[in-house]
Amino acid sequence: MTYLAKPKLHHPTLAKNQVGYTRRDYEGKISTLCAGCGHDSISASIVQACWELDIEPHRVAKLSGIGCSSKTPDYFLGNSHGFNSVHGRMPSVLTGANLANRDLLYMGVSGDGDSASIGIGQFVHAIRRGVNMVYIVENNGVYGLTKGQFSATADKGSKSKRGIANMDEPLDLIGMAMILGATYVGRSFSGDKKQLVPLIKGAIEHQGAAFIDVISPCVAFNNHAGSTKSYEYVRQHNEAVNRLDFIEGREEITADYDAGEVVNVTQHDGSIIRLRKLAGDYDPTDRIKVMNYLQQRAAAGEVVTGLLYIDPQAQDLHHHLNTVETPLNQLATRDLCPGAVALERINASLR
Amino acid sequence: MQLQAVNDFVVKFANVNGSGSASANELFARSILRMGVPVSPRNIFPSNIQGLPTWYEVRVNETGYQGRRGGVDLMVAMNPQTWDNDVKEIEPGGYLFYDSSKPLPKSKFRDDVNVIGMPLTEICNATYTDPRQRQLFKNIIYVGALSALLEIDPAEIEKLFSEQYKGKEALLQSNVKALRLGRDYALQNLSCPIGLTIKRSNNVGNKIFIDGNSAAALGAVYGGASVCAWYPITPSSSLAEAFIKYCQKLRVDPASGQNKFGIIQGEDELASIGIAIGAGWNGARSFTATSGPGISLMQEFIGLAHFAEIPVVLIDVQRGGPSTGMPTRTQQSDVLACAYASHGDTKHVLLFPEDPTECFELTAQAFDLAERLQTPVFVMTDLDIGMNTRLCEPFQWDDTREYDRGKVMSHADLESGRDFGRYLDVDGDGIPFRTYPGTHPTKGAYFTRGTTKDRYARYSEAGPDYVDNMQRLLRKFETAKQLVPKPLLYPAEKPARFGAIFYGSTSPAMVEAMHVLAEKGIHVNALRVRGFPFAEEINDFVANHPWVFVVEQNRDAQLKTMLVNEAKLNPSRLLSILHYDGTPITARYIVDQISQHAAARTVVPLKRVS
Ligand SMILES: Cc1ncc(C[n+]2csc(CCOP(=O)(O)OP(=O)(O)O)c2C)c(N)n1
Ligand code: SF4
Repeated sequence: MTYLAKPKLHHPTLAKNQVGYTRRDYEGKISTLCAGCGHDSISASIVQACWELDIEPHRVAKLSGIGCSSKTPDYFLGNSHGFNSVHGRMPSVLTGANLANRDLLYMGVSGDGDSASIGIGQFVHAIRRGVNMVYIVENNGVYGLTKGQFSATADKGSKSKRGIANMDEPLDLIGMAMILGATYVGRSFSGDKKQLVPLIKGAIEHQGAAFIDVISPCVAFNNHAGSTKSYEYVRQHNEAVNRLDFIEGREEITADYDAGEVVNVTQHDGSIIRLRKLAGDYDPTDRIKVMNYLQQRAAAGEVVTGLLYIDPQAQDLHHHLNTVETPLNQLATRDLCPGAVALERINASLR
Repeated sequence: MQLQAVNDFVVKFANVNGSGSASANELFARSILRMGVPVSPRNIFPSNIQGLPTWYEVRVNETGYQGRRGGVDLMVAMNPQTWDNDVKEIEPGGYLFYDSSKPLPKSKFRDDVNVIGMPLTEICNATYTDPRQRQLFKNIIYVGALSALLEIDPAEIEKLFSEQYKGKEALLQSNVKALRLGRDYALQNLSCPIGLTIKRSNNVGNKIFIDGNSAAALGAVYGGASVCAWYPITPSSSLAEAFIKYCQKLRVDPASGQNKFGIIQGEDELASIGIAIGAGWNGARSFTATSGPGISLMQEFIGLAHFAEIPVVLIDVQRGGPSTGMPTRTQQSDVLACAYASHGDTKHVLLFPEDPTECFELTAQAFDLAERLQTPVFVMTDLDIGMNTRLCEPFQWDDTREYDRGKVMSHADLESGRDFGRYLDVDGDGIPFRTYPGTHPTKGAYFTRGTTKDRYARYSEAGPDYVDNMQRLLRKFETAKQLVPKPLLYPAEKPARFGAIFYGSTSPAMVEAMHVLAEKGIHVNALRVRGFPFAEEINDFVANHPWVFVVEQNRDAQLKTMLVNEAKLNPSRLLSILHYDGTPITARYIVDQISQHAAARTVVPLKRVS
């Protein structure tokens, strides 16, 4: 049995956020992943981002597929409803859940096996439909839960733990998300919490399909020499295009950025993403330029991280479907049933 | 010899797919209905868009029998490709109506069939210059001619035109013109009427004329479905399309112009059922419509919905299998695949509507059942009901009816301190309480998963927890027995030693067969199964008859297999009557089969049983 409850003791001096919760309230069960697994750091960043954004934990629905990464929703936001669906099919379940209640925050967590292989179709279509969600792929280039097979994101030439080289071309989820019209695209590294937390915060506030690819080393099967998803490799090849800070629209605080060019990107809801550009002319709102830049850096063997693309005026699936503001799951019999009179009219038209 | 019949015959149109004949043929059927005479039309079409043969068979029957009768009394042979077989199908003394623009050798006809030739192509070429018009109006012209030959009141057809082309004066006029052209030609050149005629009657009453897919779609609207995800597949596509149409008409908020529904054409069946499950999990009524191959793809998700206990409705409009099988033909061959869909020990609730009226009713009811039982519910229709327009009882709705949202704990329930365990069997009926996401800040959240768990939804591989859960699911299935629609008894007029069990679209043929058999002195009590799990009534019924026929449209006697398996019926007492060539079963076929069985079992004298 791998279920471990966490003791509910709170230190009385723990800081509370605006909605009255401590960071502990954003935690879940004790992780059963391997010690040092990158996925646990991502869970911690999700906890941090939600706490800092004053999100009420129960207003989050966290959905996943199958895999070590997909187990993680059990390890954060313990007071949220979670859904561990089937392998690769989280996006459709999330889409349906989102259709039923547009008022919750939808967080989809998946693995590279889950999203880039068996679930590639669902990944593609959820993104192109503009489902309002935070879609995080915990990308370790390997199948963790089934013990070390290559995944479709494993780089060509990278080696497995047993020393076998992968000869297939890798699938680039970031590039795909760009082509598919994701309106918020970021990449980060599980070991870089400073970058990841604000990236998740921006995605949470984003009103559209937000996709974040997080390179997340698998200490059990993919953290050795020859792996391109190991801690060592990513640290050496990481090229951050920007450092960001997230500011809620309501009360803008001045950030402490002073070096480099600083730009504010204001989203639909008034929230502001403050970017300190590291790559001088990097403009994350120009889709074509971004795609070019990413291709160039990839060819040079770099892993570009940061907020890669954003369309601050994005619109989501509910906008496209023109659905009512009231969540569909709250419509009652009288809202949904056209009634006997209308039925009699239909009968009459069928005679 | 010339067949003579008033209001009781079969007309079949042999056409080429894509020639625009479908609407003309339907017009023909509707005009007879408007004269108060029941008809039941059937489309027999290929899995193809253009060029291949297609047929439209109209059974005219004053008594109201709606099954296929078998045989053809008047063949409207408009497809040279299928000519030989079409001519063969005509009953002796029947009629052959054809386009006589080009002469045909005598060998192409039959001596015992009455031939009516009309130079349709010639007439069209003389009247119209545009090739498409020549094609389309040829169909209307033959309807005009048939109105004269069969004594259909042309005023009824013109009225149908004016309803159809309301506000489109030019179209209305040109159609009326074509109709009169055909009619006048027939009156002047052919011997009208023939032996088959339509006489005004009043046997249609207030019945409605609709196909099962539209009816099921309307049932989904009335049943409160607000999320639909689907992937095109014959014969279910028109169901989702009708749902879209009805939602746009009935579910748009008048104040804001916004939709009280969300419909997604999924990228495949996996996504479609996934979306429906996500919505069901989150408290919206949701469904998908599909057919056999789609059901196959949904297996893994169906198991998840079953084990994680998520309400969702699947409407399976069955077609001919296995594999792509006969995509545009009818069967009842997904019964086992749906009843036991997915892996491990699973059993699902099935509903079997017999006609469009029941497609409406049972679909609406399916949403109550799915939420009450928190499980997938299958509405098992088929191409014959789904895609053919049927004369049926008008839809009814009781405005005091409230949706049964099942056992859902609200914020107040949780506040009141009620113990929430997602998989706790609080009432002993096997159905636990659920909460919707977002209900309460600290209580009621749980983790939904396809893996094994304890009563509090905590992951647990402990054997006793697993067994406990599986046993509760069985109790829930027992509860379902009380909730699914009861079987309906169709008693014979005289004491009967034979029983017959049937379901779904077999219904009209079965009812007619019972009457025909009674006339031959073979009395049969029939029981129509409407739901799975099976009700106790089925066991009682079988106990009361030495032999029971199980009539179904598949090769392997799927319902019978389930009756033996689940209702523990003695297989040696159950005699299968199977029809599975893709066409709807006919009364003739059932009569034939039952007569043969009866003859083989005449050892028991009738009076000893009564
Ligand atoms: C239909 C199906 N096929 C295969 C599996 C077995 N399986 C479980 S997890 C997994 C791969 C997980 O890899 P990934 O998504 O990269 O997650 P990780 O464990 O690496 O975090 C596979 C193939 C399954 N659960 N379901
Ligand atoms: S196997 Fe790899 S991915 Fe899975 S928990 Fe261990 S380190 Fe993480």
